[in-house]
Amino acid sequence: MRIFDPHIHMTSRTTDDYEAMAAAGIEAIIEPAFWLGQPRTNLGSFTDYFDGLIGWERFRAGQFGIEHHCTMGLNPKEANDGALAAEVLEVLPRYLAKDRVVAVGEIGFDGMTPAEEKALTAQLELAAEHDLPVLVHTPHRDKMRGTERTLELVAASSLDPGKVLIDHNNELTHQIVRDSGCWAGFTIYPDTKVDEHRFVAIAQEAGLEKTIVNSAADWGKSDPLKVPKTVAAMLEAGFAEADVQRVVWDNPVEFFGQSGRLELAESGADGVDRMATFAGNSVLRGERPE
Amino acid sequence: MTPIEPDSLERALAERLDAAAGERLAASADRDSGRDDAGGRDDVSAAERLAAARSDVAADPSRIAVIFPGVGRMVGRDLLTADADPDDPHAWTVADAARTLLLVSTGDAVDAEIQALYRHGDGEERRGVLRALPFLALDRAIGVALVEDALRTNDVRLIAAACGPYTSAELDDDAIAQATLKCVFVGVPLGGFVGLEDRLTPEIAAMLARFAHERVAAGRDVPDDIWTVANNFPATDEVAAIEAELDHPDEGRAAAARRALDRRALLGATPSKNI
Repeated sequence: MRIFDPHIHMTSRTTDDYEAMAAAGIEAIIEPAFWLGQPRTNLGSFTDYFDGLIGWERFRAGQFGIEHHCTMGLNPKEANDGALAAEVLEVLPRYLAKDRVVAVGEIGFDGMTPAEEKALTAQLELAAEHDLPVLVHTPHRDKMRGTERTLELVAASSLDPGKVLIDHNNELTHQIVRDSGCWAGFTIYPDTKVDEHRFVAIAQEAGLEKTIVNSAADWGKSDPLKVPKTVAAMLEAGFAEADVQRVVWDNPVEFFGQSGRLELAESGADGVDRMATFAGNSVLRGERPE
Repeated sequence: MTPIEPDSLERALAERLDAAAGERLAASADRDSGRDDAGGRDDVSAAERLAAARSDVAADPSRIAVIFPGVGRMVGRDLLTADADPDDPHAWTVADAARTLLLVSTGDAVDAEIQALYRHGDGEERRGVLRALPFLALDRAIGVALVEDALRTNDVRLIAAACGPYTSAELDDDAIAQATLKCVFVGVPLGGFVGLEDRLTPEIAAMLARFAHERVAAGRDVPDDIWTVANNFPATDEVAAIEAELDHPDEGRAAAARRALDRRALLGATPSKNI
């Protein structure tokens, strides 16, 4: 079983986590650019963080045999600092050009403010310009309304909905996301959001089409092993191994592979080549740093 | 230093990209049509894409900010010399060479662009900047600051890229000594440190021998590179200290001293030009 956690904030995690993730079979991750738990006050703090995502963090993950990728974007919370937001949007194109930057994200709504909407709209267009997929965060509060407004903005943009992943869905929001043609992400959390058993129930009802799961582990109460735990819960609930594989590997590879910038080993421990159909992405042929 | 003319680098890259294009053509002829959807990327050759990018940068040097990050995707990451050892951190890739040529194309604007490219670059971009230094007419203070930053990292790719002709020409004796020790410490082979042979000092030899003594006292092996440098100079007190370890009551230490001194003797005749 090849396992991909396509949303995890590793800068806030320890090397013990990397070790446990590798031992649990996680081969590849995506670290979306987000906030730091408190707002930054100047552009340099943003660029230092972006530089870390493509620099030290990628190197650190590699030491544990994990292929690190990231997304770049201005998050909704900090979009509310208008002057700083403008500076961040100006420097973003430099970072959207980087290797292993596989989407614009995470962008979206937090408090549904005009400033958030402006940043979201601008970044949907940046994604279209740079031919990158988009990872969209949906708000914790008033999630349904936030999801609906997000889908309206996606529909009004020049983006193909197949290149948009709407994340942090729950029982109430995932169907309108699927109906829009966007991909539906589920964040598996210990207490809030959706746990692995609730995800199993959703998957049994709605199927696995355009469905992605992630841990979104960060500096809050969260669990970097939630994707492997979802694998266990799905198998226990009677899903076939190939179907589980589809959710935890094939689907994220297909979605983020649209960037042409995934760098994954050609085959996993099971020797099965699941990269062959994803042209444009470079293939590492199993090589690993020591 | 006087910038090295990039002609031979240009030729090596052109040959390598040609050969790679030929290999890809042969491979795609053997393959089924399953990857035809990648055709858009392959219609234009890597060499043509690079030539267009160099023209862009020559016309508007600020364009390098968004071109430089994607060079690996533009020309690939094959080794520049087909038979080079892929595990050798000194080995150049075609992306390294292409990045050098792009920086050369910025002309007089290089001082203005290079710091931001390094500052906001990932590991491969930073390595590309460092490898380009001897080819650029660059303000010395800027170049030296970049090399010093790279030598502070623990990333062997950057340390190796910083240990080349630019560093051996521009850094002072103390910095060269620290760079040499860092290479030995992190496992970057000194053999690829171009120009080092003309910068060796007795202090470097003594410093490396002190490091060897620390390793011996811990019961560990000593990298051969220490002796290929230190043996260019008369044996020092530091070597005598290792010899004294032969009688140490801790058998592990005494055995490590024996192994280190045996390697020292074996490598004794290595001429400095071969470090």
